Amino acid sequence: MELLIFYPLALVSVILALFVVFNKSPIGSAVCLIGMMLGLAGVFILLQAHFLAILQIIVYAGAIMVLFMFVIMLLNLKDDDTKWKIRERNIFLSSATGVLIVGILYKIIDVTTDTKFDSPATVPDNFGTVEVVGTALFTDFVLPFEVASILLLAAMVGAVVLAKSKVD
Amino acid sequence: MVPLTHYLIFSAVLFSIGVLGVLIRRNAIVVFMCVEIMLNAVNVSLIAFDRYLNQHDGQIFSFMVMCVAAAEVSVGLAIVIALFRNKATVNLDEINLMKW
Repeated sequence: MELLIFYPLALVSVILALFVVFNKSPIGSAVCLIGMMLGLAGVFILLQAHFLAILQIIVYAGAIMVLFMFVIMLLNLKDDDTKWKIRERNIFLSSATGVLIVGILYKIIDVTTDTKFDSPATVPDNFGTVEVVGTALFTDFVLPFEVASILLLAAMVGAVVLAKSKVD
Repeated sequence: MVPLTHYLIFSAVLFSIGVLGVLIRRNAIVVFMCVEIMLNAVNVSLIAFDRYLNQHDGQIFSFMVMCVAAAEVSVGLAIVIALFRNKATVNLDEINLMKW
């Protein structure tokens, strides 16, 4: 039953990710990316990470993609990609990088074909709820949480400074 | 039940698609979107490991990944806007001021 839910979600996500890469217009890429993120939210729900699934929809599909859309509309980029093609210059380097990445990922997957990972651990009913994740976030991980808030503040100030003044 | 390996292969495929996009696209905004695909792929494997080991650390970590992604996108798009103001292009081949 879980397989019947997982495979369509995974297939749709991978196809939409490919559309993000091969779409001619940036707006089309952004719409496909929103679809991919909704698919991933479904995968998260399948893994019982409800809090992260909701965050995925609110933060990624909501906030971040709206920012992308806003910038694409602001810069009016619709004609910019008509000359797009694969560059021949770096084709050897790109192929070498691809082989390397596939090798590394294969090795990582190979390590995890341990019998321990064949079926999921038995988890309590409240696994991945806002309550449990929030408790962990505010007790064991309170320092990283505060550091993340400083990071977001720095990013906010940086974005305002960069977008406001003219770079010489 | 879905074995963990399937989630990891899914995550690896998404990550490779993201790398592919960063390598072959020249539009700065599309490159940013491909970086987002990579971050999401990593989130999938973190959460899958979490579920299969009955822990919460991976979910906290992917929460932090989302924070970093939000910060990265806001600063990155501000840089793109600043560049566009100066050169009227987002083609990464034409932005080579800091190339050696």
